[in-house]
Amino acid sequence: MDKGIHIEGLSKRYGEGDTAVEALKDVNMSIAPGEVVGLVGPSGSGKTTLLKCLGAVIEPTRGRMTLGGEVIYDSAQGGWKTPDLRALRRDRIGFIFQAPYLIPFLDVTDNVALLPMLAGRANAASRSRALELLQALDVAHRAKAQPSELSGGEQQRVSIARALANQPPVILADEPTAPLDSARALAVVRILNQMASQYQTAIIVVTHDEKIIPTFKRIYHIRDGSTVEEAGEGREIS
Amino acid sequence: MISLAGRDILHSWGKFVLTGVGLGLLIGATLTMAGVYRGMVDDARVLLTNSGADIWVVQKDTQGPYAEASSIRDDVYRGLLGMPGVAQAANVTYLTMQVRHGDTDLRTMVVGFEPGQPGEPGYLVAGRRLLRGHFEAIADVKTGFRLGERIRIRRHDYEVVGLTRRMVSSGGDPMVFIPLKDAQEAQFLKDNDAITADRARTAANPALNRPGVPGLLDAVTASQTINHSVNAVLVKVGAGDTAANVAQEIRRWKHVQAYTREQMEEILIAKLIATSAKQIGMFLVILTVVSAAIVAFIIYTMTLGKIREIAVLKLIGTRNRTIAGMILQQALGLGLIGFIVGKISATLWAPAFPKYVLLETADAMRALVIVMVVCALASTLAIRAALKVDPATAIGG
Repeated sequence: MDKGIHIEGLSKRYGEGDTAVEALKDVNMSIAPGEVVGLVGPSGSGKTTLLKCLGAVIEPTRGRMTLGGEVIYDSAQGGWKTPDLRALRRDRIGFIFQAPYLIPFLDVTDNVALLPMLAGRANAASRSRALELLQALDVAHRAKAQPSELSGGEQQRVSIARALANQPPVILADEPTAPLDSARALAVVRILNQMASQYQTAIIVVTHDEKIIPTFKRIYHIRDGSTVEEAGEGREIS
Repeated sequence: MISLAGRDILHSWGKFVLTGVGLGLLIGATLTMAGVYRGMVDDARVLLTNSGADIWVVQKDTQGPYAEASSIRDDVYRGLLGMPGVAQAANVTYLTMQVRHGDTDLRTMVVGFEPGQPGEPGYLVAGRRLLRGHFEAIADVKTGFRLGERIRIRRHDYEVVGLTRRMVSSGGDPMVFIPLKDAQEAQFLKDNDAITADRARTAANPALNRPGVPGLLDAVTASQTINHSVNAVLVKVGAGDTAANVAQEIRRWKHVQAYTREQMEEILIAKLIATSAKQIGMFLVILTVVSAAIVAFIIYTMTLGKIREIAVLKLIGTRNRTIAGMILQQALGLGLIGFIVGKISATLWAPAFPKYVLLETADAMRALVIVMVVCALASTLAIRAALKVDPATAIGG
């Protein structure tokens, strides 16, 4: 089986009976390692629900999800394959949020190094990995700074470094460019493309942002819980 | 793994330290209240120790001389001296009164004693012992009197010839020691107008001023002006005898009450200061509850301020026990800062208290344990709130 992320027939229903809401209906997606795809759709279309299912935060009602070549969820075989979803999220899924949500009481290095530390790696090795990522993302010069001392763009780059810290096969980015201006937003997308390519990570970018949508080579449109795939413009970012 | 609690504390150390100082002042007040109680107990023990007695002989059916009024004749001690096991017996009087010092009054306990006998202050920090039979005094340094100063007790002036220390009544009033005869007189001495009025009343009483009985009126008047009572007789037991046995013999044969050191300590601590102890105990309970409420509120508020970070931490795989540990460590850190500030504060301000405040190391250790337990319990509210945080709140809406 291919690495990356594969979703087959994923559905999520909230509630029961007359009040039940089908938030996701037979969603199918496939993202190869090193690929960055966009997930776009209006508010209430099911983007966040899909992200939460992929992020092992909520349990789908039906379907199958494969991550990095391993089945992580299969409703036909009892649901989640691992009881420790916390470890699954920590080791195999990277998260980038709309706001960077860096831990304010940790410096930049430790914000990134925290994930490997949580995974049981030694502090020195974790910090070394963090510095390597900060270097790659061109924020190594702020390694000892507190998050509050960084610009918005720098904070988002640190949050990307954090998402990559445990070398997950997939990163889920929830509107990562929303608070940024055009230049910074495009810079973030360029970085995501570089990182996806460099670390062979599949990245799903949930976005409303018209500025960055043309940069995706593949886009999943989601409406009323169903996805439609289409080719993107794949516009080069200068 | 890095210490999340430590980093958070360092990040907002100003807020944390200020909160700890506030809590510390409260803990300092709690420690001081405990110290006040310990001081009262210690005062009572010192009072008994410094009297140099093994047995207190007082009026029958009373718990004198400290807890109740007691009056016995001043010749009782002669009979006691003849009893087996009694090495020394001496009269003492205790009178709580205002002593005139310059332009001000000072509340003191005036003790009448016989030099060289039980009841004499055990040691002096300045000056000398009483050498003259009248009008000399030894005062506790807490009175503020100085050597050579003259103080007024009732109608007579006394020269302060010696100073002693840690001689206070069970109520915390500093003691002034004067010769027994002077003290007996002072207890019943009336002003001139009252004496004149009493003499006139006696003379007007036909039963006491009978015609044909010369000298009767003078004898009655004389008996009214002389005091033959003391408050207690202090007894020292001879080597080889036990205070309990000698006290039992005294009670059996002398129609008085006799208390051993243990019994007197029971009266002073378990009865005389029992109400104060309960009062202080209530304060301690209230202060502990208030401290717990403050810690719970502060830690809860600090945790609510980090809900988004906690959601992110949970989403990226932080264990619940790591998050709970972080909050618990912060609560314990706050408690530790509070305890250190409280202990230092109590130590600094204890000498300024008018009554003796005894801060015992064992109490401090107990307080540290209680503070830590209270902080740990107080953090449970915040831990519950943190553990309820849904990691999904970090994603989208």
